[in-house]
Amino acid sequence: MIAETALAALWLAAAMSVLQLLFGIIALRPGGGEIVPAMRPIAVAQALLVGLSFLLLIQLFLRTDLSVALVAENSHTMKPWLYKFAGAWGNHEGSMLLWVTVLAIAGAAVALFERRLPERTLIATLAAQASIGLGFYAFLLFSSNPFERLFPAPTEGNGLNPLLQDPGLAFHPPTLYFGYVGISIAFSFAVGALVTRDVGPAFARAMRPWVLAAWIFLTLGITAGSYWAYYELGWGGWWFWDPVENASLMPWLAATALLHSVTVLATRDGLRAWTVMLAVVAFSMSMIGTFLVRSGILTSVHSFAVDPERGAFILLLLALYIGGALALFALRVGTVKEGSTFDLVSREGALVANNLFLSAILGIVFVGTLYPLLIEALAGEKLSVGPPYFNKVAGPLALALVVVMAAGPLLRWRRDRIAEVARRMIVPLAVTALALTAVLLLAPGLGILPLLGLVLALGVGAASLAPLWKRNLRRTPLFTWGMVISHLGIAVSLAGMASEAAFTKETLVAARPGETVRVGPYSLRFDQVEPIAGPNWTAMEAKLTARRGDGGAFVLRPQARTFSSPRTDTSEAAIATRLDGQLYTVIGRADESGRWQLRLWWKPFVTLIWLGGALVAFGGLLSLIGRVRRRRRDQESHA
Amino acid sequence: MRRILLFLPLTLFVAIVLVFAFRLWAPGDTIVRSRMVGKPMPDFALKPIVPNHPGLAAGDLHAGQPRLVNVFASWCIPCRVEAPQLETVKARGIPIDAIAIRDKSADVTAFLKSNGDPFERIGDDPRSQVQFALGSSGVPETFVVDGAGIIRHQHIGEIRPEDVDGIIRAFEAAR
Repeated sequence: MIAETALAALWLAAAMSVLQLLFGIIALRPGGGEIVPAMRPIAVAQALLVGLSFLLLIQLFLRTDLSVALVAENSHTMKPWLYKFAGAWGNHEGSMLLWVTVLAIAGAAVALFERRLPERTLIATLAAQASIGLGFYAFLLFSSNPFERLFPAPTEGNGLNPLLQDPGLAFHPPTLYFGYVGISIAFSFAVGALVTRDVGPAFARAMRPWVLAAWIFLTLGITAGSYWAYYELGWGGWWFWDPVENASLMPWLAATALLHSVTVLATRDGLRAWTVMLAVVAFSMSMIGTFLVRSGILTSVHSFAVDPERGAFILLLLALYIGGALALFALRVGTVKEGSTFDLVSREGALVANNLFLSAILGIVFVGTLYPLLIEALAGEKLSVGPPYFNKVAGPLALALVVVMAAGPLLRWRRDRIAEVARRMIVPLAVTALALTAVLLLAPGLGILPLLGLVLALGVGAASLAPLWKRNLRRTPLFTWGMVISHLGIAVSLAGMASEAAFTKETLVAARPGETVRVGPYSLRFDQVEPIAGPNWTAMEAKLTARRGDGGAFVLRPQARTFSSPRTDTSEAAIATRLDGQLYTVIGRADESGRWQLRLWWKPFVTLIWLGGALVAFGGLLSLIGRVRRRRRDQESHA
Repeated sequence: MRRILLFLPLTLFVAIVLVFAFRLWAPGDTIVRSRMVGKPMPDFALKPIVPNHPGLAAGDLHAGQPRLVNVFASWCIPCRVEAPQLETVKARGIPIDAIAIRDKSADVTAFLKSNGDPFERIGDDPRSQVQFALGSSGVPETFVVDGAGIIRHQHIGEIRPEDVDGIIRAFEAAR
């Protein structure tokens, strides 16, 4: 019964989205004002229905109802409950249901809380959001039904991909989806504003908190995903330029650019067409990412199933929505008036530079991700694009971007004088010079990117705090604090990346129990290997006693796991976190002579990468609170 | 000029969709062909994995007559699917040797008991070293090796009923 109720709720939610779209169209026509009040409740009802459907899917997984095909294919009675719960979205159908659920919740949130947007634009926005939802409901109901029954029901399920059997699965996909799909609001706002030809500061101020909220989730999701890949895959890396990582990075780059251009539009009424374009691009990147992953045309750890029919369906939706929005843009944006102009050396100028760099990086990642496809289509050759391309091409641009980020907040709006700016930059510049000298003296022979990364991280870290200089910290608005902390977070993250690239020590040995291995400042005694068993896996677990100099010893227990269903080998790294870095240990298989493969890394300050990411998101949160508070105060003073 | 520029994003997007569509309907060839076809068998000597079959060495495939080498594993489902076809091939008088990949003795014995045992020699390749040397990227795969120890043919994936004639033809051609 649960599956049937859930399916019915999904159909009803789809019906609501049809209503929401139709009512929206009628309401925008002359004399359609009467049905305007119905728009908001319909959007909320749609979210409640699809939310119910999603909760019931979780219930089916928790019960391991094997008469449901999806559960039988992806779950197992012996699985720990957390993975039964999270297993609901660890598969194609479930993750698409989560996708539309987030889409509907985002629409309902706009319906409930957005009071600033002009009524006509709001209606057009909700109608646009409904039309996106409609396509994805159709996709679920006609080609990816999560509630299909299986008869006869099998006695046991197939189990969940062991790589996904990690607490990370419970948090990473939902967080990322709230960002990834939440950015749909920016898309719908842009379409709404194009339909009503109402692009201006009021529109920008209304859109900004929504973009900010989605961007916070996206930042957190990417940061958490990076850490998850780092410890779960056991490869010691924190970013692999995997197509799906890129698929989450691209909307983030676009959303980051949007966040900055929307500020120019809100404050100075500039960059109108560009901001609308970015809003369309940000969510388009999310949809293209979904397509790349779900169609299986690119190979990645995230591809669940390769199915050309599903791919064709999503491609059709993609063509419809993105094509439609871009066509609307081409036809309508000409009628949007140019905003006000500004000097090159000004806050706006820096924000434009920020946008250009971010867009260029976005373009590089986009091309790098799709290049193999393109070449195969045109020349029939197979190739892959890896980290060397991305690091070499995007790295220098990212560093340039970081320099702009340091200077931007110190510039005045409209016009500024270079001499003035230089005076404000004196402390950060001095820090940069000191850092350069120190790094050159203490760690000669570094590669150019790690070197610049380290130096700039310190200089930019100092510069990011400069906007607080000589200010009354108590009276500094919360959104200024937010900006400062986010920018500081970027510097912190950059420091971690550069330190990891510059100073990581790696040891790869085949060792017998009893031997001692050195990596970086640590010596590790390989004590023993013993078999252990978990609920649905067995493992060989090594005991490594680590010691640094004369310090106390501590034990690390990396495992080589074998999962029973489906049968797969994974490695569970054992990681010791210290203030100045992480000791990362992985055990492989034994060879015939009884020697075990050990991979050991000492990664100084690597944790700063994710700490920085968390700071960036936290800064975003402070900004969001600051904006919403100010908005409320404005509304009260207007009333 | 500005109007044309405004259509640029749409044009780019349409081009991208076309590439996607092309790839979707003409999926890429993801099969990895061995570069060893036409070359002599690499040198190896695998221990036996089950008591009733001798192990397999490169020298055994040098015996003047062509042979098949089946790369399999007890944990591999398609290997069960192809078992009847291997029996058919054997019944046509074609000798078959095997390499068991990352396997255990008891599992292989059980596999042969339930799926039939068309093999003469079975080598134990616990770390896939010989498999990789052969240029094989997965299980099951079947190689036709001629009497001089030269790899003449590679069949990737399970041998389906419709593949049997092709395997026999490749075998005849290797004589």
